Amino acid sequence: MSDIPDDLRYTKSHEWVRTLPDGSVEIGITDHAQQSLGDLVFVEVPEAGRVLAAGDGCAIVESVKAASDVYSPLGGEVIAGNAQLASQPELINQDPYGQGWILRLKPSGRAADVPLDAAGYAAEIATGS
Amino acid sequence: MPYIPHTAEDVRAMLDRIGVDAIESLFDEIPRALRVEELAGVPAALSEMEVSRLAAARADQDGRRLNFIGAGAYEHHIPAPVWALATRGEIYSAYTPYQAEASQGTLQMMYEFQSMIAGLTAMDVANASLYDGASALAEACLMAVRAHRRSKSARILMPSTVNPVWRRVAGVITEGQGLVLEPVPYDPARGVIDATVLERFQGQDLTAIVIQQPNYFGQLEDAEALTRFARANGALVIAAVNPVSLALLTPPGEWGEGGADIACGDAQPFGVPLSSGGPYVGFMACRMEHVRQMPGRIAGRTVDLDGKNGYTLTLQAREQHIRRGKATSNICTNQGLLMTAATIHLALLGPAGLERVAGACAARTRELVASLTALPGVRAAFAGPRFHEAVLQFGRPVAPLLEALAAAGIVGGHDLSRDYPELGHALLVCATETRTAEDIEHYARTLARLT
Repeated sequence: MSDIPDDLRYTKSHEWVRTLPDGSVEIGITDHAQQSLGDLVFVEVPEAGRVLAAGDGCAIVESVKAASDVYSPLGGEVIAGNAQLASQPELINQDPYGQGWILRLKPSGRAADVPLDAAGYAAEIATGS
Repeated sequence: MPYIPHTAEDVRAMLDRIGVDAIESLFDEIPRALRVEELAGVPAALSEMEVSRLAAARADQDGRRLNFIGAGAYEHHIPAPVWALATRGEIYSAYTPYQAEASQGTLQMMYEFQSMIAGLTAMDVANASLYDGASALAEACLMAVRAHRRSKSARILMPSTVNPVWRRVAGVITEGQGLVLEPVPYDPARGVIDATVLERFQGQDLTAIVIQQPNYFGQLEDAEALTRFARANGALVIAAVNPVSLALLTPPGEWGEGGADIACGDAQPFGVPLSSGGPYVGFMACRMEHVRQMPGRIAGRTVDLDGKNGYTLTLQAREQHIRRGKATSNICTNQGLLMTAATIHLALLGPAGLERVAGACAARTRELVASLTALPGVRAAFAGPRFHEAVLQFGRPVAPLLEALAAAGIVGGHDLSRDYPELGHALLVCATETRTAEDIEHYARTLARLT
Protein backbone atom coordinates (compact mmCIF):
# COMPACT_ATOMS: atom_id res chain seq x y z
CA MET A 1 0.00 0.00 0.00
CA SER A 2 1.52 3.29 -0.96
CA ASP A 3 1.74 6.40 1.16
CA ILE A 4 -0.43 9.39 0.10
CA PRO A 5 -0.11 12.34 2.50
CA ASP A 6 -3.33 14.33 3.01
CA ASP A 7 -1.76 17.80 2.82
CA LEU A 8 -0.53 17.55 -0.80
CA ARG A 9 -2.13 17.90 -4.25
CA TYR A 10 -1.61 15.27 -6.94
CA THR A 11 -1.73 14.70 -10.68
CA LYS A 12 -2.84 11.66 -12.67
CA SER A 13 0.74 11.42 -13.92
CA HIS A 14 1.92 10.77 -10.34
CA GLU A 15 3.46 14.09 -9.33
CA TRP A 16 2.77 15.73 -5.97
CA VAL A 17 2.73 19.43 -5.10
CA ARG A 18 3.34 21.04 -1.72
CA THR A 19 2.76 24.76 -1.03
CA LEU A 20 5.58 26.22 1.04
CA PRO A 21 5.08 29.09 3.55
CA ASP A 22 6.59 31.66 1.14
CA GLY A 23 4.05 30.80 -1.57
CA SER A 24 6.47 28.77 -3.67
CA VAL A 25 5.73 25.10 -4.39
CA GLU A 26 7.74 21.93 -4.10
CA ILE A 27 7.22 19.14 -6.63
CA GLY A 28 8.14 15.48 -6.58
CA ILE A 29 6.87 12.08 -7.63
CA THR A 30 4.62 9.94 -5.47
CA ASP A 31 5.43 6.88 -3.42
CA HIS A 32 3.33 4.86 -5.87
CA ALA A 33 5.40 6.22 -8.78
CA GLN A 34 8.74 5.40 -7.16
CA GLN A 35 7.52 1.90 -6.33
CA SER A 36 6.48 1.32 -9.94
CA LEU A 37 9.78 2.61 -11.33
CA GLY A 38 11.96 0.60 -9.00
CA ASP A 39 15.47 1.64 -7.96
CA LEU A 40 16.33 4.99 -9.47
CA VAL A 41 19.84 5.36 -10.86
CA PHE A 42 19.73 8.89 -12.24
CA VAL A 43 17.61 12.00 -11.99
CA GLU A 44 17.84 14.99 -14.29
CA VAL A 45 16.52 18.10 -12.56
CA PRO A 46 15.77 21.48 -14.18
CA GLU A 47 18.03 24.48 -13.76
CA ALA A 48 16.99 27.52 -11.75
CA GLY A 49 15.45 30.23 -13.93
CA ARG A 50 13.81 27.89 -16.41
CA VAL A 51 10.23 28.94 -17.14
CA LEU A 52 7.74 26.08 -17.35
CA ALA A 53 4.17 25.85 -18.55
CA ALA A 54 1.81 23.50 -16.72
CA GLY A 55 2.28 20.03 -18.20
CA ASP A 56 5.83 20.65 -19.46
CA GLY A 57 8.39 17.92 -18.93
CA CYS A 58 10.52 19.30 -16.11
CA ALA A 59 12.68 16.36 -15.02
CA ILE A 60 13.64 12.83 -16.03
CA VAL A 61 13.77 9.96 -13.58
CA GLU A 62 15.73 6.97 -14.75
CA SER A 63 15.64 3.50 -13.29
CA VAL A 64 17.56 0.48 -14.51
CA LYS A 65 14.76 -0.34 -16.93
CA ALA A 66 13.31 2.93 -18.06
CA ALA A 67 13.62 6.68 -18.17
CA SER A 68 10.39 8.60 -17.53
CA ASP A 69 9.45 12.24 -17.75
CA VAL A 70 8.17 14.20 -14.80
CA TYR A 71 5.57 16.79 -15.83
CA SER A 72 5.23 20.07 -14.01
CA PRO A 73 1.74 20.23 -12.44
CA LEU A 74 1.90 24.04 -12.50
CA GLY A 75 3.46 26.70 -14.65
CA GLY A 76 6.07 29.03 -13.23
CA GLU A 77 9.75 29.76 -12.86
CA VAL A 78 12.10 27.16 -11.42
CA ILE A 79 13.69 28.36 -8.18
CA ALA A 80 15.85 25.29 -7.67
CA GLY A 81 16.31 21.67 -8.67
CA ASN A 82 17.27 19.24 -5.90
CA ALA A 83 21.04 19.06 -6.38
CA GLN A 84 21.37 16.18 -3.90
CA LEU A 85 19.65 13.87 -6.37
CA ALA A 86 22.69 14.04 -8.66
CA SER A 87 24.67 11.87 -6.28
CA GLN A 88 21.78 10.27 -4.39
CA PRO A 89 18.90 9.47 -6.78
CA GLU A 90 17.79 6.84 -4.24
CA LEU A 91 16.44 9.65 -2.04
CA ILE A 92 13.33 9.51 -4.22
CA ASN A 93 12.91 5.82 -3.38
CA GLN A 94 13.63 6.33 0.31
CA ASP A 95 11.76 9.57 0.99
CA PRO A 96 9.63 10.58 -2.01
CA TYR A 97 7.73 13.33 -0.17
CA GLY A 98 10.70 14.71 1.78
CA GLN A 99 14.36 14.63 0.81
CA GLY A 100 13.33 13.22 -2.56
CA TRP A 101 11.71 16.46 -3.76
CA ILE A 102 12.70 17.25 -7.36
CA LEU A 103 12.15 20.96 -7.91
CA ARG A 104 10.87 24.17 -6.34
CA LEU A 105 8.83 26.52 -8.44
CA LYS A 106 7.56 30.08 -8.18
CA PRO A 107 4.15 29.17 -9.55
CA SER A 108 2.03 31.26 -11.86
CA GLY A 109 -1.10 29.36 -10.77
CA ARG A 110 -2.38 28.06 -7.42
CA ALA A 111 -1.57 24.65 -6.00
CA ALA A 112 -5.28 24.24 -5.31
CA ASP A 113 -5.77 24.08 -9.10
CA VAL A 114 -3.76 20.86 -9.29
CA PRO A 115 -6.53 18.39 -10.03
CA LEU A 116 -6.42 15.75 -7.29
CA ASP A 117 -6.45 15.71 -3.51
CA ALA A 118 -5.20 12.69 -1.56
CA ALA A 119 -8.52 10.85 -1.77
CA GLY A 120 -8.81 11.58 -5.48
CA TYR A 121 -5.30 10.30 -6.14
CA ALA A 122 -5.91 7.19 -4.04
CA ALA A 123 -9.00 6.47 -6.15
CA GLU A 124 -7.00 7.13 -9.31
CA ILE A 125 -4.29 4.57 -8.54
CA ALA A 126 -6.85 2.11 -7.22
CA THR A 127 -8.40 2.01 -10.71
CA GLY A 128 -4.98 1.03 -11.98
CA SER A 129 -4.15 3.96 -14.22
CA MET B 1 23.32 -21.67 -40.30
CA PRO B 2 20.74 -23.40 -42.53
CA TYR B 3 18.29 -21.31 -44.49
CA ILE B 4 14.80 -22.51 -43.66
CA PRO B 5 12.21 -21.39 -46.20
CA HIS B 6 8.50 -21.45 -45.53
CA THR B 7 6.72 -24.09 -47.54
CA ALA B 8 3.37 -23.32 -49.14
CA GLU B 9 1.81 -25.42 -46.33
CA ASP B 10 3.60 -23.32 -43.67
CA VAL B 11 2.29 -20.13 -45.23
CA ARG B 12 -1.24 -21.54 -45.50
CA ALA B 13 -1.18 -22.63 -41.86
CA MET B 14 -0.05 -19.18 -40.70
CA LEU B 15 -2.69 -17.39 -42.79
CA ASP B 16 -5.40 -19.74 -41.51
CA ARG B 17 -4.33 -19.11 -37.94
CA ILE B 18 -4.78 -15.35 -38.28
CA GLY B 19 -7.85 -15.70 -40.46
CA VAL B 20 -6.54 -14.17 -43.66
CA ASP B 21 -7.15 -15.55 -47.18
CA ALA B 22 -3.96 -14.53 -48.93
CA ILE B 23 -0.74 -12.68 -48.20
CA GLU B 24 -1.85 -9.95 -50.62
CA SER B 25 -4.76 -9.05 -48.37
CA LEU B 26 -2.30 -8.13 -45.58
CA PHE B 27 -1.44 -5.12 -47.72
CA ASP B 28 -5.04 -4.05 -48.39
CA GLU B 29 -4.61 -0.72 -46.62
CA ILE B 30 -1.96 0.38 -49.12
CA PRO B 31 -3.75 2.01 -52.06
CA ARG B 32 -3.37 0.19 -55.37
CA ALA B 33 -1.81 3.23 -56.99
CA LEU B 34 1.09 3.14 -54.54
CA ARG B 35 1.93 -0.50 -55.06
CA VAL B 36 4.72 -1.66 -57.31
CA GLU B 37 3.25 -4.48 -59.33
CA GLU B 38 6.38 -5.34 -61.20
CA LEU B 39 10.00 -4.36 -60.77
CA ALA B 40 10.84 -2.64 -64.03
CA GLY B 41 14.52 -2.84 -64.86
CA VAL B 42 15.16 -5.92 -62.76
CA PRO B 43 16.15 -8.65 -65.19
CA ALA B 44 14.80 -12.16 -65.16
CA ALA B 45 16.38 -14.65 -62.78
CA LEU B 46 19.84 -15.92 -63.64
CA SER B 47 21.45 -19.19 -62.67
CA GLU B 48 24.15 -19.22 -59.99
CA MET B 49 26.79 -19.73 -62.69
CA GLU B 50 25.53 -16.75 -64.67
CA VAL B 51 25.42 -14.54 -61.58
CA SER B 52 28.97 -15.54 -60.64
CA ARG B 53 30.27 -14.68 -64.10
CA LEU B 54 28.46 -11.34 -64.06
CA ALA B 55 29.73 -10.42 -60.60
CA ALA B 56 33.31 -11.43 -61.48
CA ALA B 57 33.20 -9.32 -64.64
CA ARG B 58 31.91 -6.31 -62.70
CA ALA B 59 34.58 -6.80 -60.02
CA ASP B 60 37.27 -6.89 -62.71
CA GLN B 61 36.26 -3.39 -63.75
CA ASP B 62 37.71 -2.18 -60.45
CA GLY B 63 41.07 -3.53 -61.54
CA ARG B 64 43.97 -3.63 -59.17
CA ARG B 65 44.85 0.01 -59.14
CA LEU B 66 47.46 1.63 -57.02
CA ASN B 67 45.51 3.78 -54.60
CA PHE B 68 46.55 7.23 -53.35
CA ILE B 69 43.11 8.37 -52.28
CA GLY B 70 41.95 8.85 -48.70
CA ALA B 71 39.45 11.66 -48.09
CA GLY B 72 37.71 9.88 -45.24
CA ALA B 73 38.26 6.18 -45.99
CA TYR B 74 41.70 4.63 -45.89
CA GLU B 75 43.38 1.58 -47.36
CA HIS B 76 45.31 -0.29 -44.69
CA HIS B 77 46.77 -3.74 -44.53
CA ILE B 78 44.21 -6.08 -42.97
CA PRO B 79 45.88 -9.15 -41.45
CA ALA B 80 44.26 -12.41 -42.60
CA PRO B 81 43.08 -13.45 -39.11
CA VAL B 82 40.76 -10.41 -38.89
CA TRP B 83 38.15 -11.66 -41.33
CA ALA B 84 38.92 -15.34 -40.77
CA LEU B 85 37.75 -14.76 -37.18
CA ALA B 86 35.06 -12.16 -37.84
CA THR B 87 33.29 -14.42 -40.35
CA ARG B 88 33.13 -17.43 -38.05
CA GLY B 89 29.50 -18.46 -37.74
CA GLU B 90 29.33 -17.72 -34.02
CA ILE B 91 30.07 -14.07 -34.70
CA TYR B 92 28.95 -13.54 -38.28
CA SER B 93 25.37 -14.69 -37.81
CA ALA B 94 24.88 -13.42 -34.27
CA TYR B 95 22.97 -10.25 -35.01
CA THR B 96 21.28 -9.74 -31.69
CA PRO B 97 19.82 -6.31 -31.22
CA TYR B 98 18.54 -6.33 -27.67
CA GLN B 99 19.69 -7.35 -24.26
CA ALA B 100 17.83 -10.60 -23.91
CA GLU B 101 19.24 -12.21 -27.03
CA ALA B 102 22.79 -10.81 -27.07
CA SER B 103 25.35 -13.53 -26.46
CA GLN B 104 28.10 -13.09 -23.91
CA GLY B 105 30.67 -13.26 -26.69
CA THR B 106 29.00 -10.41 -28.61
CA LEU B 107 28.73 -8.34 -25.45
CA GLN B 108 32.35 -8.95 -24.55
CA MET B 109 33.40 -7.88 -28.04
CA MET B 110 31.52 -4.59 -27.55
CA TYR B 111 33.14 -4.15 -24.17
CA GLU B 112 36.63 -4.69 -25.62
CA PHE B 113 35.90 -2.31 -28.51
CA GLN B 114 34.68 0.38 -26.08
CA SER B 115 37.76 -0.10 -23.91
CA MET B 116 40.06 0.28 -26.91
CA ILE B 117 38.28 3.39 -28.20
CA ALA B 118 38.24 4.95 -24.73
CA GLY B 119 41.94 4.18 -24.40
CA LEU B 120 42.84 5.58 -27.82
CA THR B 121 40.83 8.78 -27.39
CA ALA B 122 41.70 9.14 -23.66
CA MET B 123 38.00 9.71 -22.97
CA ASP B 124 36.12 8.31 -19.95
CA VAL B 125 33.59 6.16 -21.77
CA ALA B 126 32.85 4.92 -25.30
CA ASN B 127 29.76 3.35 -26.81
CA ALA B 128 29.52 0.09 -28.76
CA SER B 129 29.80 1.89 -32.15
CA LEU B 130 27.51 3.82 -34.48
CA TYR B 131 26.86 3.52 -38.20
CA ASP B 132 29.78 5.51 -39.57
CA GLY B 133 31.92 8.56 -38.95
CA ALA B 134 29.54 10.97 -40.67
CA SER B 135 26.46 9.94 -38.69
CA ALA B 136 28.59 9.77 -35.52
CA LEU B 137 29.46 13.43 -36.05
CA ALA B 138 25.77 14.26 -36.54
CA GLU B 139 24.93 12.38 -33.34
CA ALA B 140 27.74 14.21 -31.53
CA CYS B 141 26.19 17.56 -32.53
CA LEU B 142 22.75 16.50 -31.28
CA MET B 143 24.31 15.14 -28.11
CA ALA B 144 26.16 18.40 -27.46
CA VAL B 145 22.87 20.31 -27.61
CA ARG B 146 21.31 17.90 -25.09
CA ALA B 147 24.34 17.95 -22.82
CA HIS B 148 24.91 21.72 -22.80
CA ARG B 149 21.76 22.85 -21.09
CA ARG B 150 22.95 26.38 -20.34
CA SER B 151 23.45 27.11 -24.02
CA LYS B 152 20.16 28.04 -25.67
CA SER B 153 21.40 28.73 -29.18
CA ALA B 154 21.91 25.15 -30.53
CA ARG B 155 24.64 26.80 -32.56
CA ILE B 156 27.65 24.69 -33.45
CA LEU B 157 30.79 25.92 -35.17
CA MET B 158 31.45 23.57 -38.07
CA PRO B 159 34.74 24.63 -39.67
CA SER B 160 35.22 24.12 -43.40
CA THR B 161 38.28 22.00 -42.58
CA VAL B 162 35.86 19.23 -41.52
CA ASN B 163 35.20 16.48 -44.10
CA PRO B 164 32.58 18.01 -46.47
CA VAL B 165 30.63 14.75 -46.73
CA TRP B 166 30.41 14.52 -42.95
CA ARG B 167 29.31 18.16 -42.81
CA ARG B 168 26.54 17.48 -45.31
CA VAL B 169 25.35 14.41 -43.42
CA ALA B 170 25.42 16.32 -40.12
CA GLY B 171 23.46 19.13 -41.78
CA VAL B 172 20.74 16.81 -43.09
CA ILE B 173 20.37 14.94 -39.80
CA THR B 174 20.36 17.99 -37.52
CA GLU B 175 18.53 20.68 -39.48
CA GLY B 176 15.06 19.35 -38.70
CA GLN B 177 15.92 19.62 -35.01
CA GLY B 178 16.75 23.30 -35.18
CA LEU B 179 20.53 23.10 -34.98
CA VAL B 180 22.59 25.77 -36.69
CA LEU B 181 25.91 24.57 -38.07
CA GLU B 182 27.96 27.70 -38.49
CA PRO B 183 30.79 27.54 -41.03
CA VAL B 184 34.24 28.81 -40.06
CA PRO B 185 36.72 29.55 -42.87
CA TYR B 186 40.28 28.23 -42.87
CA ASP B 187 43.62 30.01 -42.97
CA PRO B 188 44.59 29.84 -46.68
CA ALA B 189 48.28 29.56 -45.87
CA ARG B 190 48.13 26.70 -43.37
CA GLY B 191 44.86 24.94 -44.19
CA VAL B 192 43.67 25.00 -40.56
CA ILE B 193 40.89 26.83 -38.71
CA ASP B 194 41.58 30.54 -38.84
CA ALA B 195 42.04 31.63 -35.22
CA THR B 196 41.47 35.30 -36.07
CA VAL B 197 38.05 34.44 -37.52
CA LEU B 198 37.19 32.54 -34.35
CA GLU B 199 37.60 35.73 -32.35
CA ARG B 200 34.49 37.05 -34.09
CA PHE B 201 32.49 34.49 -32.13
CA GLN B 202 33.89 35.54 -28.78
CA GLY B 203 31.25 36.16 -26.13
CA GLN B 204 28.43 34.67 -28.22
CA ASP B 205 26.23 31.77 -27.11
CA LEU B 206 27.90 28.77 -28.75
CA THR B 207 26.85 25.24 -27.94
CA ALA B 208 29.93 23.53 -29.31
CA ILE B 209 32.79 23.63 -31.76
CA VAL B 210 33.79 20.72 -33.99
CA ILE B 211 37.51 20.11 -34.40
CA GLN B 212 38.59 17.50 -36.92
CA GLN B 213 42.09 16.23 -36.21
CA PRO B 214 43.87 15.66 -38.55
CA ASN B 215 41.55 17.82 -40.60
CA TYR B 216 40.15 16.99 -44.04
CA PHE B 217 43.25 18.43 -45.71
CA GLY B 218 45.47 16.19 -43.57
CA GLN B 219 46.75 19.25 -41.71
CA LEU B 220 47.04 19.30 -37.92
CA GLU B 221 44.77 21.79 -36.19
CA ASP B 222 45.99 23.58 -33.06
CA ALA B 223 43.64 21.47 -30.96
CA GLU B 224 45.08 22.83 -27.71
CA ALA B 225 44.34 26.46 -28.52
CA LEU B 226 40.95 25.66 -30.06
CA THR B 227 39.90 23.72 -26.97
CA ARG B 228 41.00 26.59 -24.75
CA PHE B 229 38.97 28.99 -26.93
CA ALA B 230 35.92 26.75 -26.51
CA ARG B 231 36.35 26.52 -22.73
CA ALA B 232 36.79 30.28 -22.41
CA ASN B 233 33.59 30.84 -24.39
CA GLY B 234 31.48 28.21 -22.64
CA ALA B 235 31.27 25.92 -25.68
CA LEU B 236 31.64 22.15 -25.67
CA VAL B 237 34.33 20.55 -27.83
CA ILE B 238 33.45 17.83 -30.34
CA ALA B 239 36.55 16.06 -31.62
CA ALA B 240 36.33 14.19 -34.93
CA VAL B 241 39.45 12.09 -35.09
CA ASN B 242 41.15 9.50 -37.26
CA PRO B 243 41.79 6.70 -34.78
CA VAL B 244 45.05 5.60 -36.44
CA SER B 245 46.54 9.05 -35.89
CA LEU B 246 45.90 8.79 -32.14
CA ALA B 247 48.91 6.52 -31.82
CA LEU B 248 51.02 9.61 -32.53
CA LEU B 249 48.92 12.68 -31.74
CA THR B 250 47.62 14.03 -28.43
CA PRO B 251 44.27 12.26 -27.89
CA PRO B 252 41.15 14.45 -27.56
CA GLY B 253 40.78 13.57 -23.87
CA GLU B 254 44.00 15.52 -23.26
CA TRP B 255 43.35 18.59 -25.43
CA GLY B 256 43.52 21.99 -23.78
CA GLU B 257 42.25 22.19 -20.23
CA GLY B 258 40.17 19.16 -19.41
CA GLY B 259 40.05 17.71 -22.92
CA ALA B 260 37.28 17.43 -25.49
CA ASP B 261 33.74 16.68 -24.34
CA ILE B 262 32.83 14.26 -27.13
CA ALA B 263 35.13 12.37 -29.50
CA CYS B 264 33.84 10.64 -32.60
CA GLY B 265 35.08 9.30 -35.89
CA ASP B 266 35.21 6.34 -38.21
CA ALA B 267 36.93 3.12 -37.17
CA GLN B 268 37.06 1.99 -40.81
CA PRO B 269 40.90 2.10 -40.83
CA PHE B 270 40.77 -0.87 -38.45
CA GLY B 271 39.99 -4.00 -40.40
CA VAL B 272 37.35 -2.60 -42.74
CA PRO B 273 38.16 -2.72 -46.46
CA LEU B 274 37.32 0.10 -48.86
CA SER B 275 34.06 -0.83 -50.49
CA SER B 276 32.14 1.75 -52.48
CA GLY B 277 31.50 3.96 -49.49
CA GLY B 278 30.61 1.45 -46.86
CA PRO B 279 29.43 -0.02 -44.64
CA TYR B 280 31.93 1.57 -42.28
CA VAL B 281 31.82 1.82 -38.50
CA GLY B 282 31.44 4.95 -36.39
CA PHE B 283 32.67 5.36 -32.86
CA MET B 284 31.84 7.78 -30.08
CA ALA B 285 33.34 8.52 -26.69
CA CYS B 286 32.69 11.21 -24.08
CA ARG B 287 33.41 12.55 -20.65
CA MET B 288 31.57 10.70 -17.90
CA GLU B 289 29.42 13.74 -17.06
CA HIS B 290 27.78 13.53 -20.51
CA VAL B 291 27.28 9.75 -20.62
CA ARG B 292 23.50 9.87 -20.21
CA GLN B 293 23.22 12.00 -23.31
CA MET B 294 25.30 9.62 -25.42
CA PRO B 295 23.30 7.79 -28.10
CA GLY B 296 23.63 4.09 -28.75
CA ARG B 297 24.45 1.33 -26.38
CA ILE B 298 27.14 0.48 -23.89
CA ALA B 299 28.14 -3.01 -22.80
CA GLY B 300 29.27 -3.20 -19.20
CA ARG B 301 31.18 -5.82 -17.26
CA THR B 302 29.87 -7.18 -14.00
CA VAL B 303 29.92 -10.38 -11.96
CA ASP B 304 27.10 -12.91 -11.69
CA LEU B 305 25.80 -14.53 -8.50
CA ASP B 306 28.71 -16.97 -8.54
CA GLY B 307 31.25 -14.18 -8.88
CA LYS B 308 32.02 -15.00 -12.53
CA ASN B 309 32.62 -12.26 -15.09
CA GLY B 310 29.58 -11.41 -17.13
CA TYR B 311 28.70 -8.74 -19.69
CA THR B 312 25.46 -6.87 -20.06
CA LEU B 313 24.02 -3.93 -21.93
CA THR B 314 23.88 -1.00 -19.58
CA LEU B 315 22.59 2.56 -19.73
CA GLN B 316 20.00 1.60 -22.32
CA ALA B 317 17.12 3.29 -20.50
CA ARG B 318 17.21 6.09 -23.09
CA GLU B 319 17.30 3.90 -26.15
CA GLN B 320 14.51 3.78 -28.68
CA HIS B 321 12.91 0.52 -27.57
CA ILE B 322 12.27 2.10 -24.15
CA ARG B 323 11.98 5.85 -24.75
CA ARG B 324 10.45 5.71 -28.22
CA GLY B 325 10.22 9.24 -29.65
CA LYS B 326 12.16 10.67 -26.71
CA ALA B 327 15.16 8.38 -27.18
CA THR B 328 18.57 10.02 -27.36
CA SER B 329 18.77 8.79 -30.95
CA ASN B 330 16.62 7.01 -33.44
CA ILE B 331 19.65 5.11 -34.65
CA CYS B 332 19.65 2.74 -31.74
CA THR B 333 21.89 -0.01 -32.91
CA ASN B 334 25.56 -0.55 -33.38
CA GLN B 335 27.68 -1.69 -36.30
CA GLY B 336 28.29 -5.13 -34.81
CA LEU B 337 30.19 -7.06 -37.45
CA LEU B 338 32.54 -4.26 -38.46
CA MET B 339 33.09 -3.36 -34.82
CA THR B 340 34.14 -6.98 -34.34
CA ALA B 341 36.64 -6.75 -37.22
CA ALA B 342 38.00 -3.47 -35.85
CA THR B 343 38.41 -4.96 -32.39
CA ILE B 344 40.26 -8.01 -33.71
CA HIS B 345 42.49 -5.83 -35.88
CA LEU B 346 43.36 -3.54 -32.98
CA ALA B 347 44.01 -6.49 -30.69
CA LEU B 348 46.40 -7.95 -33.26
CA LEU B 349 48.23 -4.65 -33.72
CA GLY B 350 48.53 -3.70 -30.07
CA PRO B 351 49.76 -0.25 -29.08
CA ALA B 352 53.26 -0.71 -30.54
CA GLY B 353 51.94 -2.11 -33.81
CA LEU B 354 49.46 0.74 -34.20
CA GLU B 355 52.22 3.25 -33.58
CA ARG B 356 54.31 1.62 -36.33
CA VAL B 357 51.37 1.78 -38.76
CA ALA B 358 50.70 5.43 -37.95
CA GLY B 359 54.39 6.29 -38.23
CA ALA B 360 54.66 4.52 -41.58
CA CYS B 361 51.58 6.40 -42.88
CA ALA B 362 53.07 9.75 -41.93
CA ALA B 363 56.48 8.83 -43.42
CA ARG B 364 55.02 7.52 -46.72
CA THR B 365 52.95 10.68 -47.10
CA ARG B 366 56.00 12.87 -46.50
CA GLU B 367 57.81 10.93 -49.25
CA LEU B 368 54.82 11.20 -51.57
CA VAL B 369 54.56 14.97 -51.11
CA ALA B 370 58.32 15.38 -51.59
CA SER B 371 58.30 13.27 -54.80
CA LEU B 372 55.29 14.93 -56.37
CA THR B 373 56.15 18.51 -55.47
CA ALA B 374 59.59 17.97 -57.03
CA LEU B 375 57.75 17.91 -60.37
CA PRO B 376 57.33 21.21 -62.20
CA GLY B 377 53.91 22.81 -61.70
CA VAL B 378 53.06 20.82 -58.55
CA ARG B 379 53.13 22.45 -55.13
CA ALA B 380 51.85 21.73 -51.64
CA ALA B 381 48.87 23.97 -50.93
CA PHE B 382 49.53 24.37 -47.23
CA ALA B 383 52.49 24.73 -44.90
CA GLY B 384 52.57 23.20 -41.44
CA PRO B 385 52.43 19.72 -39.92
CA ARG B 386 50.22 17.02 -41.38
CA PHE B 387 49.45 13.34 -40.83
CA HIS B 388 48.87 11.09 -43.84
CA GLU B 389 47.13 13.33 -46.35
CA ALA B 390 48.09 16.49 -48.20
CA VAL B 391 46.60 18.96 -50.66
CA LEU B 392 48.61 19.48 -53.85
CA GLN B 393 47.95 22.25 -56.34
CA PHE B 394 48.50 21.87 -60.08
CA GLY B 395 48.90 24.32 -62.90
CA ARG B 396 46.04 22.74 -64.81
CA PRO B 397 42.72 21.01 -64.15
CA VAL B 398 42.95 17.90 -62.03
CA ALA B 399 40.10 15.83 -63.51
CA PRO B 400 41.82 15.00 -66.84
CA LEU B 401 45.02 14.19 -64.95
CA LEU B 402 43.15 11.76 -62.74
CA GLU B 403 41.63 10.12 -65.81
CA ALA B 404 45.04 9.69 -67.41
CA LEU B 405 46.45 8.31 -64.16
CA ALA B 406 43.52 5.89 -63.89
CA ALA B 407 44.24 4.66 -67.40
CA ALA B 408 47.78 3.95 -66.16
CA GLY B 409 46.40 2.00 -63.18
CA ILE B 410 46.79 4.71 -60.54
CA VAL B 411 44.04 6.25 -58.41
CA GLY B 412 45.80 9.56 -58.01
CA GLY B 413 43.79 11.28 -55.29
CA HIS B 414 40.55 13.15 -54.64
CA ASP B 415 39.70 16.16 -56.80
CA LEU B 416 38.87 19.06 -54.45
CA SER B 417 37.52 21.44 -57.10
CA ARG B 418 33.88 20.75 -56.27
CA ASP B 419 34.08 21.25 -52.48
CA TYR B 420 36.89 23.81 -52.41
CA PRO B 421 36.82 25.73 -55.73
CA GLU B 422 38.89 28.52 -54.14
CA LEU B 423 41.88 26.15 -54.01
CA GLY B 424 42.05 26.05 -57.80
CA HIS B 425 43.33 22.83 -59.34
CA ALA B 426 43.70 20.99 -56.06
CA LEU B 427 44.12 17.30 -55.31
CA LEU B 428 43.92 15.56 -51.94
CA VAL B 429 46.45 12.71 -51.81
CA CYS B 430 47.12 10.03 -49.22
CA ALA B 431 49.72 7.34 -48.67
CA THR B 432 49.26 4.73 -45.95
CA GLU B 433 51.62 1.99 -44.83
CA THR B 434 50.40 -0.06 -47.82
CA ARG B 435 52.30 2.18 -50.29
CA THR B 436 55.97 1.37 -50.86
CA ALA B 437 58.79 3.62 -52.00
CA GLU B 438 58.47 1.96 -55.43
CA ASP B 439 54.73 2.75 -55.55
CA ILE B 440 55.46 6.40 -54.82
CA GLU B 441 58.23 6.53 -57.40
CA HIS B 442 55.91 4.91 -59.95
CA TYR B 443 53.25 7.53 -59.26
CA ALA B 444 55.76 10.38 -59.60
CA ARG B 445 57.22 8.99 -62.85
CA THR B 446 53.79 8.46 -64.37
CA LEU B 447 52.69 11.95 -63.38
CA ALA B 448 55.90 13.44 -64.80
CA ARG B 449 55.05 11.90 -68.18
CA LEU B 450 51.55 13.40 -68.06
CA THR B 451 52.37 16.94 -66.91
